[in-house]
Amino acid sequence: MTDRYTSFVNGGVGKGVAKRLGLPRPQVLRRYEVGQPLLDGSALVGGVGDAPLRGALTETLRSAGVELLEGEAVSSSGTKMAAVVVDATAARLITDLDDLRGVLQPTLRRLAPCARVLVVGSDPDQHADPQAAATQRALEGIVRSLGKELRAGATANLLLVDEAALSGSAVEVLESPLRFFLSARSAYVDGQPVRIRPAEVHEPADWTQPFAGQVVVVTGAARGIGASIATVFSRDGAHVVCVDLPAAGEALAKTANRVDGTALQLDITAPDAGERLAQHIAARHGGRLDVVVHNAGITRDKLLANTDADRWGSVLDVNLAAQLRINEVLLDPDRPGGLADGGRIVSVSSTSGIAGNRGQANYAASKAGVIGLVHALSAQLADRRITVNAVAPGFIETEMTAKIPLGTREVGRRINSLSQGGQPVDVAETIAWLAGPASGGITGQVVRVCGQSQLGA
Amino acid sequence: MAPPATRSAVVVGGNRIPFARAGGPYAHASNQDMLTVTLDGLVARFGLTGERIGEVAAGAVLKHSRDFNLTREAVLGSRLSPHTPAYDVQQACGTGLEAAILVAGKIALGQIDSGIAGGADTASDAPIAVNEGLRRALLDASHARSTVDKLKALAGLRPGQVVPETPRNAEPRTGLSMGEHQARTAAEWQIGREEQDALTVASHHHLAAAYDRGFFDDLVTPYLGLTRDQNLRPDTSLEKLARLKPVFGKDLGDAATMTAGNSTPLSDGASAVLLASENWAAEHSLPALARFVDAETAAVDYVHGAEGLLMAPAYAVPRLLARQGLSLQDFDYYEIHEAFASTVLTTLAAWQSEQFCRERLGLDAPLGSIDRDKLNVNGSSLAVGHPFAATGARIVATLAKELHDQPGETGRGLISICAAGGQGVVAILEAVK
Ligand SMILES: NC(=O)c1ccc[n+]([C@@H]2O[C@H](COP(=O)([O-])OP(=O)(O)OC[C@H]3O[C@@H](n4cnc5c(N)ncnc54)[C@H](O)[C@@H]3O)[C@@H](O)[C@H]2O)c1
Repeated sequence: MTDRYTSFVNGGVGKGVAKRLGLPRPQVLRRYEVGQPLLDGSALVGGVGDAPLRGALTETLRSAGVELLEGEAVSSSGTKMAAVVVDATAARLITDLDDLRGVLQPTLRRLAPCARVLVVGSDPDQHADPQAAATQRALEGIVRSLGKELRAGATANLLLVDEAALSGSAVEVLESPLRFFLSARSAYVDGQPVRIRPAEVHEPADWTQPFAGQVVVVTGAARGIGASIATVFSRDGAHVVCVDLPAAGEALAKTANRVDGTALQLDITAPDAGERLAQHIAARHGGRLDVVVHNAGITRDKLLANTDADRWGSVLDVNLAAQLRINEVLLDPDRPGGLADGGRIVSVSSTSGIAGNRGQANYAASKAGVIGLVHALSAQLADRRITVNAVAPGFIETEMTAKIPLGTREVGRRINSLSQGGQPVDVAETIAWLAGPASGGITGQVVRVCGQSQLGA
Repeated sequence: MAPPATRSAVVVGGNRIPFARAGGPYAHASNQDMLTVTLDGLVARFGLTGERIGEVAAGAVLKHSRDFNLTREAVLGSRLSPHTPAYDVQQACGTGLEAAILVAGKIALGQIDSGIAGGADTASDAPIAVNEGLRRALLDASHARSTVDKLKALAGLRPGQVVPETPRNAEPRTGLSMGEHQARTAAEWQIGREEQDALTVASHHHLAAAYDRGFFDDLVTPYLGLTRDQNLRPDTSLEKLARLKPVFGKDLGDAATMTAGNSTPLSDGASAVLLASENWAAEHSLPALARFVDAETAAVDYVHGAEGLLMAPAYAVPRLLARQGLSLQDFDYYEIHEAFASTVLTTLAAWQSEQFCRERLGLDAPLGSIDRDKLNVNGSSLAVGHPFAATGARIVATLAKELHDQPGETGRGLISICAAGGQGVVAILEAVK
C-alpha cells in the first residue's frame, strides 16, 4: 500500500511545496536489506556513573562491525552519529539523570537520518529503594519524550536489564536487542521500553541466517502482514509453513512458493486445527517446530451498541480463542509435531488492544486478551525455555487499513512520532527478532510497532 | 538382460482448482493458465519449489493448436524446476487417468522416481476453427509467392465459408452428441429418471458434506475468486430435479430421462496428482496415501451399434479384476465417473446382468452388484463438474485421500472413467497406512 503523501513531499516538486507550507515531511525510513551494515555511520557509547555494561556494549558493537566514535571524533561536531548508546544502569539518584542529559544533549544535533538512541537501564520494578526506582523509571519518561523530539526517522528506545542479567556472562542476552534496535529492522519501533531477563542464549553462527534449519508456522500468511512475516523468516533461513483459510488458498500458494515454504489451508478456528497443525509438522517436518506466529486476525467493527453476538464472537474466536486452543495442543510436550523446548511463540496484538478504539470493543477485547495470554503463558513456559511475546502494530499500510475512510486513515497514519504509517515488514522484522534464537532473554513482553503512536501511549 | 524389477508407485497427493461452469469465472482463463496455477498449488502444498520432478504428463481435450506443448509450457510457467520434462497426453475424458497410468508405470519400472499427472480443459476458451474452405484459402494464400497470387487464392471465398466452426461435443463417426448416444444406451437399459435424479442428489450432497468437513482443504486451491465448485448445489433435491425437462433423447418420447441436472455441465478447470516411489516420498517427508495398483483400458465398437458409446468401462473392469484375482465386491470405494447419471447406472446394471456378462464379457456369472454406500462418497462429476481432461487426476487424488483417511488397516478403491470414442479407462488403488 502506498503512502502518496510521503512520496510526494519527498519528491522533486513536493519537497519545495512542503517546505514553503511548513508541512511535515516524513522521512523515508531506512529498512533492512541483506548485506547491509548494522549502521550507516558511526556510534557513540556513553555511560552514567560506573556504567557496568559500557565495556560489554562497546565490545558487542565492535564485533558487530560498528565503527565507534572515540577520542577527538567525539567532540568534533562535524561527524554525524548513526547511533548513541548510553549505559544508565548505574543511575540511582535523581542527580544521576543529569549525567544522562549531559551525554545525550550534545549528540542530538549531530544525529544522522534514521539514527538510533538507545538507553540501557535497569528494571525499576526491581529496585526497593524509592529514589533508585524513581531514577530508573525516569529513564522511560526521557526516552519517550526524546522519541517525540527526534526528527528525520530517528528513534529512541529503552532496554531495561534485569539485575541478575547485569552480572557476569549473562550480558550476552543484550546482543540480540542491541542489534535489533540499532539496525534498520527496528525502523518503526519508537519510544518503547523492553525488559531483558537472564537467559541461556544461542548466538547464531550467522546473524543474517538465525533461523537456518528451523521450522516456523505463520498463520494468516496469505496476504498483508502475515505474508511479510513469512518472507522475513524465509529470508533469515527458516522453512515457513504458511497457514491461512482454505478460501484464501490462491494467495496463500503464492506466498508459500515465493518463500520456498509450504501452504497449509486451515481455518484456525476449526476444533481440530491444533491437531492438524501438529500432524502436519510431525509428518512433513520431522516433528520439529521452532516458532509459532499467531498473526491471523479479523475485524468486524461496530459500536458496541450495535454489536450482535455473531460479530462479537467471530472476532474473539479468530483473534484469541483459536490461538489458545492451538497453543494447548502444540505445547503438549508429548505430542509429535509440538513446539520444541526453547521454542518461540509470538502473537500479533494491536495498539487498539492497549488503547481501545471506538467501534472496536470486540477487536480490542481480543487484542488486549492476547496481552493477558502472553503474560500468563510466558511465566508458565519459562522452565521449558520457551518465550512468549506479542507485537502491537499501530497503523500499518495493508489492505485492512486501506479500507479505512480517507480522513480517518490520514489521521491514523500521521499521529505518531515518525508521521507515517508502518509497513508490514516493520511488524515482521520485530516478530523475527523476538523469535530469534538469541532472544531468549525477552519473554512476556508486548512490543509496539507503531512509530510511537499517540494512541494508548 | 533381466526384465526390470517393478516397485510400487504411490499417490502422494493432489491439487485442483474448483471447477467452474463454462462462461463462469474462468471464462478468460486458458488451459495453460489453469494448468500452471494448478501445478503451482501442488508445489505450494508439497514444498516443491525448484524441484526437478521425473516428468509431468497432462493434457487437454479441447485444445488450441498453439498449445502443442501445453504441459511443458505450464511447467515452465510454474515454480517447478525448469529441468522437469513434460509431455501432452490426449485420450478424451480418459486423459487424466491415462496420464496417471503412464506416470505410475514409469515409476514402477524405476524409470522415474516422481511424476505429476493431470489435465485441464476449458469449454469457455475452446478453440474456434475456421471453416474448411477458408482454411484452405488461407493456407493457399500464405503459400502463394506474389500478392496477385495471394489475392487470387482468397478471391474464390464465398460468404458461407468465413463462418467459424465451434467445436461440438459430437462423435465424428456418428454425428451424435455424447448425450444423444447415452440417451439411447439408457433407454436400452431402461434406466429410470428417478434413479438418475437420486444419484445426482447423492453426488451434490456428498460433495457438499465433504467440503463442510474440510476434506478438500488439501485437495483444492481456490482460483479467480472461486472457492468451491461452481456447479455444486448443496440444497438440490429430487423434487427440484424432477422439474427439469429432458435435454437428450427427446425423440425417444417417454424414454427421454436425461436432463441438465442429471448430466454434467460443460466445465472449466484443471487438476494434478503427484505420484512417486515410496522411497522418494519418504526422502521428501511426503505422505504416501495409496498405491497405484493396476489399470486397464478398453474400447467398444459403438460405431456399428454393437455397444453404447460409454460402455467401455464395463469391459475394462472385469479384465482388470481377472488379472488381479479380485471380485467386484472386493472394494471399499468405487469412483465411477458421472458423465451422466445414467452412465453410472447402466454400467452397474450391465455388471448385474447375466446376459451381458455372459454374452458380451464371456463370463460364467454376472459380476454382481456393489454396495451403493461405497459409490462416489465425496461426490463426483455431476456435482463437481467435468472439465474433460481434469477429471482423472481429480478422482485419483480424491480416492487416494479417502482410502488413506479411512480407519481400517487396508482399503481398496476402483476408478472407472468412460471416454469419447467408445473408450474406458479403469484403475485400482490400495491404501497405504
Ligand atoms: N494492518 C494494521 O494496521 C494492523 C494493526 C494492528 C494489528 N494488526 C493485526 O495484524 C494481523 C494481520 O493483519 P493484516 O493487516 O495483515 O490483515 P489481513 O486481513 O490483510 O490478513 C489477515 C489474514 O488472516 C487470515 N485469516 C483470517 N481468519 C482466519 C482463520 N480463521 N484461519 C486462518 N487464517 C485466517 C486472512 O485470510 C488473511 O489472509 C491481524 O491480527 C491484525 O489484527 C494489523
